[in-house]
Amino acid sequence: MVGRALNTLKVVIIGAGPAGVRAAQTLVAAGVRPTVIDEGRRAGGQIYRRQPDNFTRSPETLYGTEASRAQGIHDTFDGLVDQIDYLPETLVWNISDGRVFAVSEKRETTIEYDALIICSGATDRLMPVKGWDMAGVYSLGGSQVALKSQAVSIGQRVIFMGTGPLLYLVASQYLKAGAGVVAVLDTSSFIKRVVAAPKLMSAPDALINGLKFTLALKAAGVPVLTGIRPLEITGDADSGVSGLIFETGAGERHEIKGDAVAMGYHLRPETQLADLTRCEFAFDEKSHLWYPKVDEDGRATTANVYLAGDGARILGARAAEVSGKLTALACLKDAGVSVSDNEIMALRQDMAGWKRFAAGLREAFPWPAEQAAKLPDETVVCRCEAITAGELRRTVNAMGAKEANRAKAFSRVGMGRCQGRYCALAGAEIIAAAAGIPVSEAGRLRGQAPVKPLPICIEDDEAAAAISTVRELTK
Amino acid sequence: MAPRFYRLAETGRKVVNLTLDGQPVAALEGDTLMVALLSAHGHLRRSEFGDGPRAGFCLMGACQDCWVWTEDGERLRSCSTAVSDGLNIRTNPPEVSWSDVL
Repeated sequence: MVGRALNTLKVVIIGAGPAGVRAAQTLVAAGVRPTVIDEGRRAGGQIYRRQPDNFTRSPETLYGTEASRAQGIHDTFDGLVDQIDYLPETLVWNISDGRVFAVSEKRETTIEYDALIICSGATDRLMPVKGWDMAGVYSLGGSQVALKSQAVSIGQRVIFMGTGPLLYLVASQYLKAGAGVVAVLDTSSFIKRVVAAPKLMSAPDALINGLKFTLALKAAGVPVLTGIRPLEITGDADSGVSGLIFETGAGERHEIKGDAVAMGYHLRPETQLADLTRCEFAFDEKSHLWYPKVDEDGRATTANVYLAGDGARILGARAAEVSGKLTALACLKDAGVSVSDNEIMALRQDMAGWKRFAAGLREAFPWPAEQAAKLPDETVVCRCEAITAGELRRTVNAMGAKEANRAKAFSRVGMGRCQGRYCALAGAEIIAAAAGIPVSEAGRLRGQAPVKPLPICIEDDEAAAAISTVRELTK
Repeated sequence: MAPRFYRLAETGRKVVNLTLDGQPVAALEGDTLMVALLSAHGHLRRSEFGDGPRAGFCLMGACQDCWVWTEDGERLRSCSTAVSDGLNIRTNPPEVSWSDVL
């Protein structure tokens, strides 16, 4: 890559959320014309997802305290469109031998790269609960998408359950938009928040916003409970959710009624694409997540591959902007461009602050790993194929599969159409608990191409040309 | 069955007409197919593995739980497909599924 003229340097950025947009901006400023591939119809990512053109709500209504940041990302990207090659509504389904394989509608394209910046973001992190496969249960992030990009509520009486900052944010957004919020039930105990407060002070405005959301919910009379354990989402197969049974921190059992449940336990990184580049991963004991290894500036262990945003580390949208810029500078530096060391130092310092804040969030809203061992055998773990915790445990106990990929091969947990996005982390905890080993020893599911289902009939450029030639000839 | 989603704002948009399992559904321009269908109906499809109706989960193209089918047999991920006039949708795939044979 070193010594290449910048206008011939082929940099591909995957993802147009805050990290991807800032990476593109940084490269364009240096004279590179990157290709930006994004699955979304419009840039912004999930966090700053835009509503359709004919919607009229203001940015303040949509993004609240983050309105100016969202607009900053949107405006920056709109200003870049002529200086980049932009492929919206395009799915990258494989990466191999310095090439990105993408599909849009039914057309496939292959793009070679000198450098690849993956900004694949995050999805909700889920712990199963009995009944979560019923109609009317949604991820917290999904519940927010419903409101933000479509102005709908997932139900008339919504129960918010799980842990993490998104729990309070989405519940308060629903309340403000006029939706029925039955309760906010947090699995983390309040004391953890107090203990984590010094770290959370790294971003005082974010901490204050979080407190405001909680106060607004309480002021509206919404019960906000901490330290709970969900036992079962109730309902029946035909009409879906009718409520939730949970246990309080004091061990009392309660049942509440509602027609929808929004649930999630903070976020997990989307790492399948990074995995396809064959980069190394490491287990993070504190979060129980497997992260691709990156250096301070976002370089993966595979040459010419860079990782930014929540797909590299769950640090939030503001950190994603910083890391997008930082990885783009690292990429430019590796291409032989002289970049300002002071700027890199300043960005690294910003990142250190966000890492401290993220550590605070992780401690305040921990992943409830201990729930996995207590899930009743009949609990569905794999939503795609309705495979239960009991089936997964049998795989471990009767067939001796103590490693996640082996257990997947026997039980199919992680083999369904979501490719383990919503079951793999809890699945590993269940395997580890059943086998009596640390979850790190259960390992992680390897990423496989295609990372998402593809349409059955894909036309590549050559096939499309051949078909049109035949059509011309047979006219 | 009662609808699953409820509109909270942006209701002054142009109406777009669809068909769901032969029944007319009035959607709004700018709706995703998922929002259009669930604003009129309680679910999108049935699980092929026998655990009942499904109505999507992640709304961001990751879980693949919101699939529906056109009369021509084309599979659509309804959370990321925009509605268009005259779409004819079915909640069951046209081909045979596991639950039909097991």
